[in-house]
Amino acid sequence: MADAKGKVIGVNGNMVTVSFEGNVSMNEVAYVVTGDKRLKSEVIRIRGSNAELQVFEMTRGIGVADQVEFTGELLAVRLGPGLLRQIYDGLQNPLPELAEKCGFFLERGVYIHPLSRTRRWDFTPTAKAGDTVEAADQLGTVPEGIFKHRIMVPFNFTDSYRVKSVAPPGAYTIEETVAELEDSRGRVIPVTMSFEWPVKRPITAYARRLKPEKPMVTKVRIIDTFIPVALGGTYCIPGPFGAGKTVLQQVTSRNAEVDIVIIAACGERAGEVVDTLKEFPELIDPRTGKSLMERTVIICNTSSMPVAAREASVYTAVTIAEYYRQMGLNVLLLADSTSRWAQAMREMSGRLEEIPGEEAFPAYLESVIASFYERAGMVQLKDGGFGSVTIGGTVSPAGGNFEEPVTQATLKVVGAFHGLSRERSDARKYPAIHPLDSWSKYRGSANRMMTEYGRDILFRGNDVAQMMKVVGEEGTSTEDYILYMKSELLDSAYLQQDSFDPVDSSVSIERQRHVYRTIFDILSSKLDLPTKEEARQYFNSLRQNLLDANTAEWNSDEFRRLESEIRSQLQAKKIGVEQDAAEIVKHLTEQERPSHAQSV
Amino acid sequence: MRKVYSKIESISGNVITVSAEGIRYGELAEVSSRHGKSLAEVIRLRNNQVSLQVYAGSRGISTGDEVRFLGHPMRVSFSDNLLGRVFDGSGRPRDKGASLMENLIEIGGPSVNPARRIIPRKMVRTGIPMIDFFNSLVESQKLPIFSISGEPYNELLARIAMQAEVDIIILGGMGLKYDDYLFFRDTLEEGGAMSRAIFFVHTASDPIVECLLVPDVSLAVAERFALKGKRVLVLLTDMTNFSDALKEIAITMEQVPSNRGYPGDLYTQLASRYEKAVDFEGAGSITILGVTTMPGDDVTHPIPDNTGYITEGQYYLRNGRIEPFGSLSRLKQMVNKDTRPDHRALMDGMIKLYAAYKEAVEKKSMGFRMSDWDCKLLKYGDLFEREMMDLSVNKPLEQALDDGWKILAECFTKEETNMRSDLIRRYWPAREAAE
Repeated sequence: MADAKGKVIGVNGNMVTVSFEGNVSMNEVAYVVTGDKRLKSEVIRIRGSNAELQVFEMTRGIGVADQVEFTGELLAVRLGPGLLRQIYDGLQNPLPELAEKCGFFLERGVYIHPLSRTRRWDFTPTAKAGDTVEAADQLGTVPEGIFKHRIMVPFNFTDSYRVKSVAPPGAYTIEETVAELEDSRGRVIPVTMSFEWPVKRPITAYARRLKPEKPMVTKVRIIDTFIPVALGGTYCIPGPFGAGKTVLQQVTSRNAEVDIVIIAACGERAGEVVDTLKEFPELIDPRTGKSLMERTVIICNTSSMPVAAREASVYTAVTIAEYYRQMGLNVLLLADSTSRWAQAMREMSGRLEEIPGEEAFPAYLESVIASFYERAGMVQLKDGGFGSVTIGGTVSPAGGNFEEPVTQATLKVVGAFHGLSRERSDARKYPAIHPLDSWSKYRGSANRMMTEYGRDILFRGNDVAQMMKVVGEEGTSTEDYILYMKSELLDSAYLQQDSFDPVDSSVSIERQRHVYRTIFDILSSKLDLPTKEEARQYFNSLRQNLLDANTAEWNSDEFRRLESEIRSQLQAKKIGVEQDAAEIVKHLTEQERPSHAQSV
Repeated sequence: MRKVYSKIESISGNVITVSAEGIRYGELAEVSSRHGKSLAEVIRLRNNQVSLQVYAGSRGISTGDEVRFLGHPMRVSFSDNLLGRVFDGSGRPRDKGASLMENLIEIGGPSVNPARRIIPRKMVRTGIPMIDFFNSLVESQKLPIFSISGEPYNELLARIAMQAEVDIIILGGMGLKYDDYLFFRDTLEEGGAMSRAIFFVHTASDPIVECLLVPDVSLAVAERFALKGKRVLVLLTDMTNFSDALKEIAITMEQVPSNRGYPGDLYTQLASRYEKAVDFEGAGSITILGVTTMPGDDVTHPIPDNTGYITEGQYYLRNGRIEPFGSLSRLKQMVNKDTRPDHRALMDGMIKLYAAYKEAVEKKSMGFRMSDWDCKLLKYGDLFEREMMDLSVNKPLEQALDDGWKILAECFTKEETNMRSDLIRRYWPAREAAE
């Protein structure tokens, strides 16, 4: 197949039309040879003897009759030890190496091997001659930073194999043979530590897929308590510009309790990637004591880089995520932003002159988005272990309007929706996730009834606030006013979180449970506050103490002191418990019970 | 000598098609018609059919006119001789000076490798308190001024051009009214800043295609100066005209429109220009300040919306003032920690009080009774608007900070300001402190 040759017959933006001889397959990689440059491209449509290619580089200078070489291979990523700590572009070119070679600018047509070919890895064999193995079975391991990187039978080996020989323990490069496998027809195939896998095909070499049930801790209170994400689940963060999508993603990439984080910066500002690039090597991961970079891969295709590679970048990212999942690790993929990827599809679709769907997005937008998010999942591996890929994508809806096609298509397939609101970000309420509009289908670590109670208070408090805008404070009953103050308290002392404060920026689940119990206790209490003025003062001072407690080290003396003050404040005015809350408390297990619910 | 083609097969909008061979995508050609010569750029190849976009527009072009391909893409001359000069969108002199042909550079070059970017850290001082004090402009930042027609955004740009502490100013004018162009030129000439300025100006009456070239030409020149170690400030006004030109061309080319007629790649097109803002390690920098007039004052319109997703914040210019709310420089925290210890705290404190003032004004307009506190706020708001927000106010940052303390002292007691006590001890004006 690789013998197919072609000639350029048309150029339109980043789409090149080629007339070819021989066989060409859909989505295979081809190179347009122009001058001394070979420009990587992908076949996206075949019609008769003409193929249309999307070129992953600037097309300036391509002329009719330029040669095109077809490779016969699908767009693939190279998998193997050494992926962690890397900064790649959408086509898996290591950007720092590219900078060494080309200087400040991204020169087109320069492709560098994604993994070091000279670095030696300490290989420990685990398979032995005579074993029977299949794709994804472990042959040995090498240490990669803090992980034990499994060297597996390449996933594209479809047969069942007998291990003919395994290399003895020692240091090997990724290109040296570490095992020889014999297939059912007796052919002997050498295996190295690295292989390629086409990015658009999900890796399915596992025993079975499981329902995502275990919560993924992000250490963001509003997410973990109210709208949780599960390991192996999917969630999306739509929001208008300036609402803090990227900050939220950055905070999550630092604090999430997962093994590996893959950041796909897709079509967004380069400056934001730079923050991550420069900060991560210096930040220490509290769980491992090593630099955060040790668990991170960055795929970076910022807004001014070629559009077609933007589409490839999310697939490159998810394929690397699936690869590490096969080692029994929990991987989090953060894609920022999926709208830019959808726009790249729209651009290409326009050039192909396809019939447009809504807002000129192609008709297949929904199915493409769905199949991307479906690559997330919790799986049981063949060896009985578990691994997961969790996908969190931001969406940048035009005009901040969630009715647009990308947001809607995404909402259909994700398990949790963290909608950011302009209103909240304008009021400097961060994270600006809207507590009432957002939802999650996953079970979190907090008691559902208790969180629902909190949401209900928010909801009713919001109603009161709306009403108060019309009738003024004077026209509101004290009872309603207290309800409003309670919802404000929950909002400012629990839902909002200071991502720049060293303590408040990441809150453990244990602490969240503890603090929410206190808050629930306040929310569910009947309070003896006869006037609005008294209510306002009372809640203001409660709030101040809660906020101070939020920035105090967990279980420090300061934290304990503030907490006991909050409790005595509550006891001073508490005259009973709301009926519905008492019902909830009755059904709680001992451990979930609010700390002072029984005392009244 | 390259071959000349004299058979134009179709003319539609500003796009002409000829049959030609050996032509490369993006190449330039010269079209000679009765009305003069114009450059044209190859924007589509299909077999031997070559579509070209004529910079000067297709009006008056006949099917028999000559098309001569030049064998290179759009280029612009780059040297220190550019300083003080005025050009149009395709690089021809607009002043009476000689046309420059030496050291030609290509425009629209590749983007900067993200791995080579650095975290911005240098402030660009402008002498405008609402910028320096409340939303500092940072070298390598890209910021638009969101405004509406009729607001003095060009006056603001001209003032920034005059006062900004940079080495070179490049003005990219798109669809500028001729008066505005003259205004820029005269202001900079009178202020003596013309010698460090370069103008690439497309006026409203010039062919629309040249409008598209202005940002690329301006930024290509800026990039070269930055690589030579210069700090360059690029002013682009008005990016809405640029986007509308994109729309016009896209519709002519029969592209499927996405949102309100704008092409689907509007985001990419804008981003590839704005992302040229950069700080080169060991060399100079490019800072971009653009103007985006919002059609109908609607921030959700595709142009401001896409711009907002690309740029690092925005200034809202309303009623002749930079609005403190909504305006945001995302990079300000990179620099305002190193100016003076009171900068951040005073910035937050004064904005909070101004927000309280706005509430008081609302209360007053609804006929509620004003408390003592409200009266203090009203006084404060007036002073704040006069001393800080007014666009004619011109003072260095340090003085603006001192004035900020003076305003606070004039209106409030120390406790009422909610400022940290160590800052109050250090900065509260002496006369008041004696009381």
